[in-house]
Amino acid sequence: MGEVKVGHKSVLLSPSPHLSRRLNTQRVARYTMLLATTMSVIVTVGIVASLFPTAVRTMITIGTQIIGISWAPLFEPPEYGILPLFTGTIFIVAIAMLVAVPVGLAAAIFLSDYATFNLRRVVKPILEILAGIPTVVLGLFGLYVVNPLYVEKYWPIGEPLAYSALGAGFVTGILIVPIIASVADDALSAVPRAMREAAYALGATRREVASKVVFNAGLSGVVAALILAFARAFGETTIALMVAGSYPKFTANPGDPMMSLSAFIGFAGIGDAEVGSNAYNTIFLIGAILFLITLIFNIVGNRIIAKYREAYE
Amino acid sequence: MSNDLQTKQFHTEIVGNNQGSAAQMNEVKSGPRIIDPVFTLEDVSVSYGKYVAVTDVNLQIPSNDITAFIGPSGCGKSTLIRTLNRTNDLIPGASVAGKVMYHDADLYDSKASAVEIRRRIGMVFQKPNPFPKSIYENVAFGPKVNGRPKKSELDEIVEKSLRGAALWDEVKDRLGASALGLSGGQQQRLCIARSLAVQPEVILMDEPCSALDPIATLRIEELMMELKKEYTIVIVTHNMQQAARVSTYTAYFVTEVNPLGDLRTGKLVEYDETKKIFSTPSDPRTEAYVTGKMG
Repeated sequence: MGEVKVGHKSVLLSPSPHLSRRLNTQRVARYTMLLATTMSVIVTVGIVASLFPTAVRTMITIGTQIIGISWAPLFEPPEYGILPLFTGTIFIVAIAMLVAVPVGLAAAIFLSDYATFNLRRVVKPILEILAGIPTVVLGLFGLYVVNPLYVEKYWPIGEPLAYSALGAGFVTGILIVPIIASVADDALSAVPRAMREAAYALGATRREVASKVVFNAGLSGVVAALILAFARAFGETTIALMVAGSYPKFTANPGDPMMSLSAFIGFAGIGDAEVGSNAYNTIFLIGAILFLITLIFNIVGNRIIAKYREAYE
Repeated sequence: MSNDLQTKQFHTEIVGNNQGSAAQMNEVKSGPRIIDPVFTLEDVSVSYGKYVAVTDVNLQIPSNDITAFIGPSGCGKSTLIRTLNRTNDLIPGASVAGKVMYHDADLYDSKASAVEIRRRIGMVFQKPNPFPKSIYENVAFGPKVNGRPKKSELDEIVEKSLRGAALWDEVKDRLGASALGLSGGQQQRLCIARSLAVQPEVILMDEPCSALDPIATLRIEELMMELKKEYTIVIVTHNMQQAARVSTYTAYFVTEVNPLGDLRTGKLVEYDETKKIFSTPSDPRTEAYVTGKMG
């Protein structure tokens, strides 16, 4: 047995001057980051607060007139039937997705499972450059190439015109192909090699491995890519305005000019709309509608992604 | 069963080509004499680009038995097992020199299809890698890509394969549940069931128990003893006791480092019956390894 110790060793736990400085820095950092986070929330709330009062007031004034097929709020007498803007939006987005989903997904699968390492290294940055082309340039391409040389010449239905939803949808499709290809390729390339090897070891061909295993395993990322592309097409204003024209025609012929929701804001929201005027009120209304629809898509999209992610993990 | 059919077909091919296979057998420089081997490797080297992972391998692997590859890490044993069903093809830059014969067919012949080879020679990997699908769909995947079985046939194959992998009783009430909800050991047995479902002749196992606890490991080992009645098994393991427990033949590999110390190449040191490797090995390096003095 050793000696029995009585009493305690004395220790100092209060911070030294050096530690005090470090703790202060850490406090400042914390508040700076909190401020940055709060800002984005404040901005969002601010946008909602500035949009909705006017939007709701306008909505109350318009009432049930909104369910109509003629949109002419800037004319006398004004007409507030919003359906043409919806059909215009739906046509442009649907055509864009019809073009971009097959092409984008095929490109993503090619990059993740077929392309050699070197080819992928070259193609991937090119795709990202494509995603960076200004939409005005794409709009010009639609207005001066796609519409006159293809839609007017070959579209069989209706009168050939300078503007068409078909051309706008097609060019919007070009805009979102790189988004789908790049984001979906990231998701598919992140699928572990073990998953591919397991499928190959069962006698699957490369196509079967890519389509039945890799694609399924990377589905949450693929869905995210599609939602992102959809949102981009939905909110695209410049191309819709330049290529589909500014005529809100209620029609089922994609070869006709149409106007999308966002194109109306781009068309009417040009600064000289007087406060309280019809133009002013209606752009707020359409803005609020766009905001709500995007919000719904985001919520649904997140649900879908969460569902597939659950299935994977 | 179509498995029997294939085996018979190989037998006739081998009988018809008896002289050839006898000649082949004489060329093998080391190891036990094996009748009707499933694999015959002659001067096999595998490289990744300029880097030679394993070289000068000569051995024959018997049918309906368990053959183990052991050795320290970096000795090329995993690389070698992956050449036996051309899984290495999937790695850019991988190349094989020498001859890898499967019965009387050259696995690396330009006319040989890697897809067909992998269907006949299944593989179970180090980490259990079930697909993110249901238990049923995991097992049904192989039969589905290899043919268009009817639902009833598929149900039968799934049950038979799960029974074959000693997993049926544990999962029969939740075949629709996600495979990722199973324990590690169950996942690995599911991976074995999945490879049984395409009726292979050979199952290659690349360190199948290294991610499992001792009880799950024991179950897999028991399963292997059961499976060798119908299948040829080749196993890579870093667990010498495991090799001693389950295998009939053992190949011991070493890692040779070049004088500069920047290149490592695997070499086959000794290949023989497992009981001889673990009791009276002929090479001192083998003895050092199996007695625990090295590695």
